[in-house]
Amino acid sequence: MAEANYPDDLLYHDQHDWARLEGDDHAVFGITWYAQDSLGEVVFYDPPEVGATVDKDSSYAEVESVKAVSDVIAPMSGEVIEVNDALTDTPEKINEDPYGGGWLIKVKLAQPSEAEALHDAAEYRKLLEND
Amino acid sequence: MSRYTSATPADRAEMLATIGVDSVADLFEQVPEPLRLNRPLALEQGLGEAEVYERLAALAERNSDAEEQVCFLGAGMYDHYVPAIVDAITQRSEFLTPYTPYQPEISQGGLQAMFEFQTMMSELTALPVSTAGLYEGPSSVASAGYLAIGATGRRRFVVSRGLHPHSRETLTTYSQGYDAEIAEVGLEDGATDATALAAAVDDDTAAVFLQSPNFLGAVEDVEALGAAAKEHGALLIVAVDAMTLGVLRPPGECGADVALGEGQPLGNRLDFGGPSFGFFCGTEELMRKMPGRIAGETDDVDGRRGFVLALQTREQHIRREKATHNICTAQALNALAATVHLAWLGREGFRELGELLVRRTAYARERLAALDGIEPLHGAPVVREFAVRLDAPVDRVLERCAERGIAAGYPLGRDYSEYEDGLLIAITERRSREQVDALAEALGAAVAAECGDFPIHNSGKSPQTKPQPPQTQEIG
Repeated sequence: MAEANYPDDLLYHDQHDWARLEGDDHAVFGITWYAQDSLGEVVFYDPPEVGATVDKDSSYAEVESVKAVSDVIAPMSGEVIEVNDALTDTPEKINEDPYGGGWLIKVKLAQPSEAEALHDAAEYRKLLEND
Repeated sequence: MSRYTSATPADRAEMLATIGVDSVADLFEQVPEPLRLNRPLALEQGLGEAEVYERLAALAERNSDAEEQVCFLGAGMYDHYVPAIVDAITQRSEFLTPYTPYQPEISQGGLQAMFEFQTMMSELTALPVSTAGLYEGPSSVASAGYLAIGATGRRRFVVSRGLHPHSRETLTTYSQGYDAEIAEVGLEDGATDATALAAAVDDDTAAVFLQSPNFLGAVEDVEALGAAAKEHGALLIVAVDAMTLGVLRPPGECGADVALGEGQPLGNRLDFGGPSFGFFCGTEELMRKMPGRIAGETDDVDGRRGFVLALQTREQHIRREKATHNICTAQALNALAATVHLAWLGREGFRELGELLVRRTAYARERLAALDGIEPLHGAPVVREFAVRLDAPVDRVLERCAERGIAAGYPLGRDYSEYEDGLLIAITERRSREQVDALAEALGAAVAAECGDFPIHNSGKSPQTKPQPPQTQEIG
């Protein structure tokens, strides 16, 4: 994905992570276009275990690019119910399709109301402009 | 005031005036009176340069080294022959003088040397990934412990008592920081007790640590012992003596996840105990958790072969608290010495050297076991080191041998209370058959002399239980 893109159906965390709410208490997490662009070519994704607990604002996984290893911050709290195993062999999907094939984990949310503290796409874009 | 810095009384007066105090003593007003020494340190008067030289030369004279004595000492460091080409290459200023390369890719020669080293170690251990080297053997073992915790999420180590005592000590020290627990498994006829090991490994075990040949020289059945680790999902970490890999099955073919060790025997002299280097090889799965630098081969923009530092994201200057290792020192020069030594030996030469060590060591083992008052400590197969029991106090026997210019071996009682009567003897290609005969004569005479003085020693041992000396066996 060569051009900056922040879909309107996602919620954004200011550490450049996104959450897509599914139903009342599930969500998919990933990193934003800005995050993958800053990292450069991603070469490795170290996911959490299924069943692990993720805490809002804390690191739950690591993404390694040719430049650095970065912690991935959870936008919301919950329990990991699925990880994107396809990224083991094709971590570059995080660059190519950060909101689709590059998703990182699926979570059963502990507190769906945490969504209220996240930004919508317009707010997140503004945040990036002020950076 | 100072004999070594050039502050003159005038300089001092000027500095004190600038600060605004009257004397040096006033500077220390803030230090409570009872804590002040208030007198000069009790040091001897200084000596002139020539006198210092004489004094130090006299002290140095009291050292003895492996060139002076006939050396049968081993216990982790070995007196192998280091060919002149090792010095010719390692003393080139391009290799000898640089500090750690902060812009490594500008030093293509240095990176290529690392890459060649890694390739050799990877082939010797039969494991796909090798690092460019670590500080020395024991810290490599401890680093493997950290890797195992990261890879398994468990914090318990099962460690063979045959692992070098320094490695066990270092692992124990690091384990306090890792918050890891260590279970030690004893030896049975020189080798790791397989039943005890299998019983000690559980589902909380992060790694099983073995050494082959172990500290007593015994070749371990790594594959059989490692089965317990596999069964419980623990890593199998094997410390190996690279010099024996010309004749022994490589650890990678015995199920080892990590093979590492002390590199000194390859291309590095004893040098009073160091510096040396450690090597560290592992499976591809563990690549991102391995400690230290890794040189990689690549093509530049014009398609020419070039070398880079790969996977640097694991390293402390990028990851800080999440680094896989926090000792900068790769000992690249020492590892280069190993690379040159191995290249000099070549594939065939390396194997032949291993076979020679096996033959000569077997000869020495049989020759000594035939003497009165000396018996093998174990019957396990060995490559270039073996252990015996003496019917006389080991230290007294060693003193007698030293008087004849022979360093007869390493007293096992220093590290193993159960082997107070044990002596560890190493045979390298530098030890001729004649020297082995001289050792037998000196040791036999010393034991006979000391036996007479201490007839009660080892009185519990009956002649019926004396193990038979192992038969000579050609390998390869």
